[in-house]
Amino acid sequence: MSARVTDTDAAPRSPAEAVLDVRGLCVDYGVGRDAVRAVTDVSFTLRRGEVLGLAGESGSGKSTLAYAITRLLRAPGVITGGEVFFHQRSAPGGPVRKVDLLEADARELAGIRWVDLSMVFQSAMHALNPVARIESQLTDVLKRHRPDMAAADRRARAVELLGMVGITADRLRAYPHELSGGMRQRVMIAMALALEPSLVLMDEPTTALDVVTQREILDELMQLRERLGFAVIFITHDLSLLLELADTIAIMYAGRLVELAAATDLAAAPRHPYSLGLLSSFPALHGERVKMTGIPGAPPSLRTMPDGCKFHPRCPHAFERCSAEEPSLLALPGSRTRRTVSCWLHVGDRVPPEALGRPDPGTDAGAGHTQDVAIGGHS
Amino acid sequence: MTETSTAVVHGPKREGVPALEARRLTKHFPLTSLGERGRVVHAVEDVSLALPEKTVTAVVGESGSGKSTLARLLTGLIKPTSGELLLDGSPVGTSARERRAYTSDVHLVLQDPFSSLNAAHSVKYHIERPLKLHTKLRGAELEAKTVELLERVSLHPGTDFAAKFPHELSGGQRQRVAIARGLAVGPRVLLADEPVSMLDVSIRLGVLNLFDELRENENLAILYVTHDIASARYLADTIVVMYAGEVVESGPATQITDSPQHPYTQLLLSAAPDPSRGQAPVLRGKGSPPSLVTPPTGCRFHPRCPFAMPVCEERTPPPLPAGADQVAACWLLAPPTAEAASAG
Repeated sequence: MSARVTDTDAAPRSPAEAVLDVRGLCVDYGVGRDAVRAVTDVSFTLRRGEVLGLAGESGSGKSTLAYAITRLLRAPGVITGGEVFFHQRSAPGGPVRKVDLLEADARELAGIRWVDLSMVFQSAMHALNPVARIESQLTDVLKRHRPDMAAADRRARAVELLGMVGITADRLRAYPHELSGGMRQRVMIAMALALEPSLVLMDEPTTALDVVTQREILDELMQLRERLGFAVIFITHDLSLLLELADTIAIMYAGRLVELAAATDLAAAPRHPYSLGLLSSFPALHGERVKMTGIPGAPPSLRTMPDGCKFHPRCPHAFERCSAEEPSLLALPGSRTRRTVSCWLHVGDRVPPEALGRPDPGTDAGAGHTQDVAIGGHS
Repeated sequence: MTETSTAVVHGPKREGVPALEARRLTKHFPLTSLGERGRVVHAVEDVSLALPEKTVTAVVGESGSGKSTLARLLTGLIKPTSGELLLDGSPVGTSARERRAYTSDVHLVLQDPFSSLNAAHSVKYHIERPLKLHTKLRGAELEAKTVELLERVSLHPGTDFAAKFPHELSGGQRQRVAIARGLAVGPRVLLADEPVSMLDVSIRLGVLNLFDELRENENLAILYVTHDIASARYLADTIVVMYAGEVVESGPATQITDSPQHPYTQLLLSAAPDPSRGQAPVLRGKGSPPSLVTPPTGCRFHPRCPFAMPVCEERTPPPLPAGADQVAACWLLAPPTAEAASAG
């Protein structure tokens, strides 16, 4: 069953085909005068098999974004603008249908949710039904979406799913409270993969777990992705984890995407001061012990957003324009890979500070300054 | 259980008498539900720890390793099953007066600043409360001291912050208030139980740096309990690694992370996120920590240990020298003769 998808989607990094297109998505909490904007004008494209890491601090809107994409947002959350296109492929290699998830009605959504697009929630203890056995929770989704499947086949599939995440079949009869936190999270992942979706959203799936368990689960997840070829949006506040895991990383701050880049590029050469600040907020496991400063100040409250760039009150490189005008997410010219950043430091003739102008890994350009001259010459 | 006659004292090695010393602390929590009476949870087993002033000792371990129980034992809030606490070299008494004196010398900072502050009271109330209970400061002096304490944890201007309520503060600021409250009584020892794990990533370092300053400026002995071994390496002088209620390894912080000797420490380090790592790490020792009601015999890590030998199942390994000031409780470090003797 699983082999079905593998054959056609084996190349996870194939640049060709998009699976999700988010354009100018805005989400408010509340309506009228009391409304606060939690997600502002977020756009990105996710390709088949890609792992997109969405990093941000609490209140940056990363979970809200995930709930908006899946249309799971509850009142008082309101989607106030934008488009979310899901590229649905009915059969492997078959025609692709473009569905606007924000326009889709309940029937259409039911056909997409879990079949093509599933989600692993943050707290497995709250997402699993405490009074139902693992077996019935796993077969439930098959019963709903594959009505012609026989009961014995459903059970066999449940065993297969648990096996995929390293849980033995005897746990089928267990209740959620009889499993450890790591096992519960594995059940959640197995459930999300039950119908072989092409996109899985994971909202802090391992945050509550110990590091060893976290590592085991992530290893399994990455192996499964290699095999089944699904795309992942992985939401976490732990940027150091994403750097190891993701193909592409999107950094969110105050409801906006501030930088989008390949994980290797972001790690070696961040372009946004907030990305740089986040990267230097994780003490290293090796090397010289150096004093680190993190980022001064605290993230803004949604009610009292600063003018201009939302990061400027905490930014060490802020200048006049930052407090007056809000930068938009623009592609960086001259980059080898697609990367975008919303920061005035990279617009116009300005030479960005050295730490933000490092050359992309793999390019031959020397110091940041030289590279900028080259950019000017080309454009 | 076989014990070595001389217990190794973990913690930073310094001249003189440590501010706080724990000798062979053991805590067994009795089970009370029907059918389980008489059985106990072996939460902390025979831990000796010295906290000299001007040092930070990090206790690292997974959930259920006993690290928080150890911190609570050190506060005196829970009574050890056996073992004793020494403040400045003298045993801590049990009378009410001695206990009160102890609480003003040893202070606990909790994990969650969202629940450790009372939402109905201002910051001023929180800081003044211990001052009123433990000192004779009143009136203008009390107010001046409150402002001074807030500014010592970098909440400037102190007068403004004193008037605020917890909901008006960010997580980092709340944790600073909780630390200022801890400093109010002029403690010698600060016990911090996961003080930054609830805070946003970008402000964690600010709070860790504050602990670093307090160690220097206030001569504090700090115990930093955490699951994040990278932050322990950043802040601490000494790292103590706990597993299933026992100390498995301790030593100078960078030494522990650079050349871990105990298989569990190695496992912990290989699982920690590390962007500088070129390829995916290999985990040696899958599975999960054991039940503490019926802990494994011998070394408690042996069911997960990739190097387990017959002796590991039979006898508890004593702390063995594993480097300068570094000890690890592992039979792999035992001299070959001892190993042969036990096998024969």
